[in-house]
Amino acid sequence: MDELVIAGRSFRSRLMIGTGKFSSNQAMLSAMVASECEIVTVALRRVDINNPQDSMLDHIDRDKYLLLPNTSGARDAEEAVRLARLARAAGCEPWIKLEVTPDPYYLLPDPVETLKAAQILVKEGFIVLPYMPADPVLARHLEEAGTATVMPLGAPIGTNRGLRTRDHLAIIIEQAHIPVVVDAGLGAPSHAAEAMEMGADAVLVNTALADTPNPAAMAAAFAKGVEAGREAFLAGLGKQRQLAQASSPLTGFLRHEA
Amino acid sequence: MEIQLNGKAFEADPDIRLSRLLESLKLDPQQIVVERNGSILTIDQFSATTLSHGDIVEIVQFVGGG
Repeated sequence: MDELVIAGRSFRSRLMIGTGKFSSNQAMLSAMVASECEIVTVALRRVDINNPQDSMLDHIDRDKYLLLPNTSGARDAEEAVRLARLARAAGCEPWIKLEVTPDPYYLLPDPVETLKAAQILVKEGFIVLPYMPADPVLARHLEEAGTATVMPLGAPIGTNRGLRTRDHLAIIIEQAHIPVVVDAGLGAPSHAAEAMEMGADAVLVNTALADTPNPAAMAAAFAKGVEAGREAFLAGLGKQRQLAQASSPLTGFLRHEA
Repeated sequence: MEIQLNGKAFEADPDIRLSRLLESLKLDPQQIVVERNGSILTIDQFSATTLSHGDIVEIVQFVGGG
């Protein structure tokens, strides 16, 4: 596959993996390996003082994977900026997946607060990958603010419902000058393939892997979906039409000519 | 003295050093980030930082997330 370039850094894989909700660290690691991903997201949370757990950093080979901390849990720009600064203080590279989701039911990203946080974080030197509603106008504003990508949703987080925002994703892809990473809602390799066929630069998947009996096998399937979709996009899909167009010659039939 | 530690009241020795508090909680300083009264402390500040009554301390770490 051709390389994905984000903020001047090249990646061979166009599949990013979220590390949440796996039944064990082993399940997560096997999915990461099988996906051949190079970027993994993590979250920042309070340590349980009474029952400290190992940090994710123990389990992830930082030479092999770029750790992309998210600001999940942030309800406004201020909380997102605070989480981003904490993540950077943990010794991560200044890459941040910006998430501002005040609505607890659909976890839809807040466009106003996301843009506000992006403007602050870009000024502070962060490489910002914002999770966003599939809104082409917002995508343009974020790009102007200097974000490294846009990450429009296909469907609400964890719903596995695929590209419900397809028409708006197509406009975002058409207009963006930065990589478009379809994030959230992809539940099947076919969804990932569809996003890539449309010209998305990458996809991010978590629930679709974590929530299956065999995350590694599903991760491998997603990797194939992403690769197939990318290759199809580069090859150029055939045009859609209303009427049939025969694939076989329309001459030489075994019948009387009129 | 009492501090607010990760959102809960916590009884700590008076003027305890942050590094000592982390040690008593069995936390590896390399694996966490500490915020005190809204300011992030870097790891080299842990042993020089003395906590005061009423301080608001947050200790966070990376967990799985999408």
